[in-house]
Amino acid sequence: MSTAEKHSSGSTADVIVYLVLLGIAGLQILIAYGSSSGGERLLSRLLLVASVQAVIAVLFFMHLRFENRALMISVAVVTLFVLAAMQYGWTDSFRLLDGVPFARLH
Amino acid sequence: MSEANLTMEGHGAGVMEASPFAIPAKKLAMWLFIIADAMTFAAVLVAYGFLRNSHTNWPEPFKFSPTIINVMVMTFILVSSSLTMLFAVRAAQAEDKARAFAWVQITALGGAVFALLHIHEWLGMIGEGVRLFQNPWGASLFGAAFYCVTGLHLLHVTGGVVALVIVGLRYKGGRYKADDIEILGLYWHFVDIVWMFVVPLVYLLSIQR
Repeated sequence: MSTAEKHSSGSTADVIVYLVLLGIAGLQILIAYGSSSGGERLLSRLLLVASVQAVIAVLFFMHLRFENRALMISVAVVTLFVLAAMQYGWTDSFRLLDGVPFARLH
Repeated sequence: MSEANLTMEGHGAGVMEASPFAIPAKKLAMWLFIIADAMTFAAVLVAYGFLRNSHTNWPEPFKFSPTIINVMVMTFILVSSSLTMLFAVRAAQAEDKARAFAWVQITALGGAVFALLHIHEWLGMIGEGVRLFQNPWGASLFGAAFYCVTGLHLLHVTGGVVALVIVGLRYKGGRYKADDIEILGLYWHFVDIVWMFVVPLVYLLSIQR
């Protein structure tokens, strides 16, 4: 039995999720143009919004929420790791804007 | 249902273990590929971030018109193609082959339009002088970084379009089943999700103010 047969969300739910994703994409544009500069704060906001989009798409479009719990947990762990790595990497890269290649000493 | 078969009769009998996560092997393989590819894209995007922030003269060239408008249209097309892929999966599981095939081909068409728009954007940038190791706006590595990140995604979209056409035709011919459409759908949604990160990190962080 395939995954989608186990649930009865229907095409209506798919369309609602689709509209939500489009809305969030529009929100990203508004956040970008609403910010006075493209700094670390803008990055964090955009990354957060993109992460929300990704989670919604994974759960609803990829039907992960209807999968075996072990698979869901495995994919969730990896997804969180990837998002955390991107957040860490990008945030860390902003050090370079000050021209400092090494970590600051506290 | 467990696929384990523990009978051992002579040399011919085999022992099959239960499928991990209780999903078909093909589906598990696709999830594992998606996980690996997600890490690849994350590494590429973080590398782009370090390149960008290590240059004080990194260009911020993306004007609202036409670039960001083009990106918005591309996003709309790609997200819409994810929706049509969902319709295809539902139709396939309802054993409506004709409808499923139609939705798969519509999805492929959406992907093809996305790819064409992307190439059109590239041609525009090449026309403005943005090459792999030079550009008229600032840091020389901007071109290479931009084309690598967006090109990797474009490659995935193009591969997906080819797969959609082939799998769609084979499904219609009876060689593939509804599960195969669903598994291909996983890949297509993943390509969409990657674009959701490429847009803010590559385009929106470098809009022209």
